[in-house]
Amino acid sequence: MVNSEETSGSRLERVLRAGRFAVTAELDPPDSADPQEVYSAALVLSSVCDGINATDASGAHCHMSSVAICALLTRAGYEPVYQVSCRDRNRIAIQGDLLGAAAMGVRNVLCLTGDDVIVGDQPEAKRVFDFDSIHLLRTAAIMRDRGQFLSGRELTTPPRLFLGAASNPFARPYKWRPLRLAKKVEAGAQFIQTQYCFDVPRFRAFMEQVRDLGLHEKVHILVGVGPLRSERAAEYMRTRVPGVRIPDPVVERLRKTPKKLQREEGKQICIEIIQQVREIEGVAGVHVMAYRQEELVAEIIEEAGLLPRPYQPGVEPPGRQRPRRHPRE
Amino acid sequence: MPLSTDDRPRTTIGSWLRDRPRWLERAYRLTHRLFVRLHPLIRRLGYGRVERWLLPGEDLGKKIVFDCRMCGQCILHSTGMTCPMTCPKNLRNGPCGGVRANGHCEVKPEMMCVWVEAYERSQKMATYGDEMMLLQPPVNRRLQGSSAWINMLTGEDKEVPAGWVGIEKIEIGD
Repeated sequence: MVNSEETSGSRLERVLRAGRFAVTAELDPPDSADPQEVYSAALVLSSVCDGINATDASGAHCHMSSVAICALLTRAGYEPVYQVSCRDRNRIAIQGDLLGAAAMGVRNVLCLTGDDVIVGDQPEAKRVFDFDSIHLLRTAAIMRDRGQFLSGRELTTPPRLFLGAASNPFARPYKWRPLRLAKKVEAGAQFIQTQYCFDVPRFRAFMEQVRDLGLHEKVHILVGVGPLRSERAAEYMRTRVPGVRIPDPVVERLRKTPKKLQREEGKQICIEIIQQVREIEGVAGVHVMAYRQEELVAEIIEEAGLLPRPYQPGVEPPGRQRPRRHPRE
Repeated sequence: MPLSTDDRPRTTIGSWLRDRPRWLERAYRLTHRLFVRLHPLIRRLGYGRVERWLLPGEDLGKKIVFDCRMCGQCILHSTGMTCPMTCPKNLRNGPCGGVRANGHCEVKPEMMCVWVEAYERSQKMATYGDEMMLLQPPVNRRLQGSSAWINMLTGEDKEVPAGWVGIEKIEIGD
C-alpha cells in the first residue's frame, strides 16, 4: 500500500490491512432525539460488520446528524464510519467537525460531495458546496499529516483518521471514473465505498481499468451492495435515487417473482452480487446498504459466508481485551 | 458559491464554439501570450484601472462562449474548455456520482452534465487535455466578480491557503 504505516487506530483499517475481506454497513439514521434508537439500529449491525456508516443527510433528507451518531457509537465501543458531505457546511464548519469527531473517537471518515438539495424534501434550502469531495479529502489529510488547518494554522493534536471516498463506476463518463478515483487516491483516499452495484459486468470493466492504473494496490475498494425490496422499489431507486443504475434483467427477475416472494428474491440477488464481486481482483470488501431493511443485513452477510467478523463490538483487538460496555442497557 | 437556479437556455453560439475545443484552446493560448506580453504596460497603467476597462468585455465574452460565472480564477483550459462553475455543485475536480444514465445533470435534468462534456472535449484537445488530471485547489471566493486575466497576471488566481501549498502541482497517472 502507498500509505504503508497505519495512521488511525481504526479497526476497519486493521481488517483491510490484514487482507481480510471487509464488511461495512449503513445505519438508518433516526428522525429522533433518542440515542436509544441509534443503539438499537447499531446492535443489529455491529456483530456482522467491521464498520457502521453514519450517513450525512443522504438524499438531502434531514436526520440525526452523522457526527452525533458517530459520537454515540464510539461511546458504546462501536466502529463508526463518519460520512461528511459538502452540501451543507463550508470549509470552516467541516474542519471543526473533523476535529470534534476525532476527539469523540471517530477514526473513519468518508468524504463525499453529497446529493443535491433538489432531491430532498427541502429543495428550497441553500446549497453550500464550498468544497468538493477532493478538497475535503485533501484537507482532512492535511490536518492529519501536517497537523494544520487548511489555512496553515497549527493544531495542537492532529486527528488520527482513516480516510475514505466514494466512487460511482455506474455513472458516465465511464472512462473518467477510474481517473477520478486516481485523483481521490492522490488527494488522500485510503478506502473507497462505491455506489450500489447491480451491474456486475460494468463493475468488472471498471475494475479492469482500476487495475491497469495500479489503483487496487493503493486503495481498499469496498463494493456497495443492497437488497431490493420489490420490483416497485427497484423502479423507484433507478428513476429517483441519483446515480443508481439497475439493469433491466435485474428488474425483470423481480417482476417474474410473485409479489410475496420479491423481498426474498431481492435478498438472493444481493447475495449473488456479493459472491460475484468477491471474485474480482482488487475488491477488498463490501458495503451493505439496506435502506429500511436493516433486519436483512445480518442475513445477507451470514448467507454470503462473510461471518464471523474479526472484531466483536465493544471488544478491543486480542491482547487488549476490555469488558463490553453500553451507556444504557 | 451558492448558485442561483439559472435556467436560461444555453447560448447557441456558445455551445457551437464549445464543441470546438481545439479552436478555443488555441484562442486561449494566444490571449494568454498577449496578456503576458502586455503585462509590463498593464502594470504601469495599474491593475485596478485596466481591470475596470477589461471587466465588461471579459464578462460578456466569456458569458456568451462559456456561460462564465466570473469566479475570477479561470481553469477553463484545464477542464476541457468547459466552465466548472456552471456545474450546480461547483465541482472543480470532476463529476459527482449523480450523473443520470443519459449523461444529464442530477440537479438540472434538462442540462448535460458539465463534466461529461468536459471529459469528451478534453479528449479532443491537443495541448491542455491532460490537465483534467490536475488536483484543483478550493475556490477562493473573494475573487468572485474580478477579472481572471488580471488575477492571472498578478498571480492571485494561483494563491492557495498555506496548508495546501505544495499540493496543487501534483499530477496523477501517466
